[in-house]
Amino acid sequence: MTTTPTTTVERSAEPAVGPKSPKAAGGRARRPGRIRRFGLPYLLLLPALVLELLVHLVPMAMGILMSFKQLTRLFLRDWTTAPWSGLDNFKVAVDFDGAIGEALLKSFVTTCLFTVSSVALCWVIGTAAAVFMQESFKGRGLLRALFLVPYALPVYAAVITWVFLFQHDNGLVNHVLHDQLGITDKPSFWLIGDNSFIALLTVSVWKGWPFAFLIVMAGLQNISKDLYEAAALDGAGMWQQLRRITLPSLRPVNQVLVLVLFLWTFNDFNTPYVMFGKAAPGAADLISVHIYQASFVTWDFGTGSAMSVLLLLFLLVVTGVYLVLTSRGRKTADV
Amino acid sequence: MSDTQLAPARFRSPSAPPRSFLWSRRIFLTLLAGFVLLPVYVMVSSSLKPLQDVQGAFRWIPSSLTIRPYIDIWSTVPLARYFMNSLVVAGVATVCSVVVAVFAAYAVSRYRFRGKRVFTVTVLSTQMLPGILFLLPLFLIYVNIGNATGIALFGSRGGLILTYMTFTLPFSIWMLIGYFESVPRDLDEAALVDGCGPIGALFRIIVPAAIPGIVAVAVYAFMTAWGEVLFASVMTNDTTRTLSVGLGAYANLNDVYWNQIMAASLVVSVPVVAGFLLLQRYLVTGLTAGAVK
Repeated sequence: MTTTPTTTVERSAEPAVGPKSPKAAGGRARRPGRIRRFGLPYLLLLPALVLELLVHLVPMAMGILMSFKQLTRLFLRDWTTAPWSGLDNFKVAVDFDGAIGEALLKSFVTTCLFTVSSVALCWVIGTAAAVFMQESFKGRGLLRALFLVPYALPVYAAVITWVFLFQHDNGLVNHVLHDQLGITDKPSFWLIGDNSFIALLTVSVWKGWPFAFLIVMAGLQNISKDLYEAAALDGAGMWQQLRRITLPSLRPVNQVLVLVLFLWTFNDFNTPYVMFGKAAPGAADLISVHIYQASFVTWDFGTGSAMSVLLLLFLLVVTGVYLVLTSRGRKTADV
Repeated sequence: MSDTQLAPARFRSPSAPPRSFLWSRRIFLTLLAGFVLLPVYVMVSSSLKPLQDVQGAFRWIPSSLTIRPYIDIWSTVPLARYFMNSLVVAGVATVCSVVVAVFAAYAVSRYRFRGKRVFTVTVLSTQMLPGILFLLPLFLIYVNIGNATGIALFGSRGGLILTYMTFTLPFSIWMLIGYFESVPRDLDEAALVDGCGPIGALFRIIVPAAIPGIVAVAVYAFMTAWGEVLFASVMTNDTTRTLSVGLGAYANLNDVYWNQIMAASLVVSVPVVAGFLLLQRYLVTGLTAGAVK
């Protein structure tokens, strides 16, 4: 009676069988009241549940509903009165011969190419920096803080600065490439045309690699020093240590890292929007901005919603397949 | 005596890096630092340049230094108002998400209950979804509520705060679960045995022990909200515009004052970058806890 076994505390969510009121239980405050705690987890979750419902579940359900409606600007005042259109919005979105479907497909391919390149570069740079900084040297702390600056800077401040660097007439990039090094015979346009893909990728990698660096660095700290010493005694060089110890040990960390980087890059709206505004050049027309433009510039919310639902399905499938393929991923999703 | 001083040189650790490694490290890290610093240098130096310097061809060294841009930014566009809006919106969204998340994360990390898995999976997946998915419905909900009841959610700070919860809340819950898991169960179980109620155990034991994590989560949530563009570009009007959209106003003027844009960018960056670097250690632990464990 005086001490409650720990298992009782852990399993407090099971139906209560004890006395009705904690006070009745011998009047001792030290016995955690089972009745009160039976509903407690739900009570604690209540604010989060309400908010989740409000900001995620209701909008998502509504978004799916909207995708089946003919929701043009005429029905913005009261969206429920918009007529049903069945699968018409989806048909328009995936009709790759039509203008809307063709543009969506092109934007989707661009986004995939962009995401894969950006994630790969971020991972390589981040891992290399983390491995190089695994052992301490003079100035490591300072360098580490410096490397976090792109991550800490507000997106629009950083991206606007890059836009300035990429200006045709007064930007640093053209000044260096054309005036100083003479690599290009005339100043290039970076924010329109095909070059915009390179410009966007540069900014994305600049902003994204410090996250990979942080996560890999944390992962490196969990690798036992003994492993390296044993390997060194066996005559393994640095390269072999990297291949046989560091990279295999980082696998679980990398699996989560790559998934997170993928989703963030794929869904990124801020970077392309600040760089190019509402209408991005074709070579850098990422899916988020594309849907935004399809919805808010043409005010066709039905088709916009259908595109969002397709995007959601794609992300769910990719994430699902990825989680199944990686055992660590499965553990993360369970928790 | 001389022997002991020489010892470190003679007994090189078997894993001491070879010279080639040191050189590649030096080159790689220098190049990377240059890449990272390039825009930072341009931002700082251009913000101190006179107008003719930023309008003509790029100059590495300013022809003269001036603090004029830092004075003019406040009158060219209503920067102070945007600043205030960002502060209120990001601040309130952060406080609300962290408070709500503390309770939710406590429930998830300490109790077993039906629906726990559904809840955590939902939270994790909503964190991974694009904002555009929630933007269209939320926009319509706000417009319709406004039309039906006259409550102006659309364009108001309150409405924007609510939309910011779409990304600050799942992130906060997710990170705090990881942080609370790292507080030994013995601690709060002992508190329960000693007569603390569950809420007492949360506030007396778990919250104090997880303060670094809570701070990290708050700073991170604030940073994301401070830099958010998508919702801010749709859900604000002239009076509630935040910095992320307000900065764009400089670029829409007839003359593009790049020195002022850079000065304003620097001013809006300083609070978050300073906060980030100050709290770096806690933040890094908090951020990596979820992914590494």
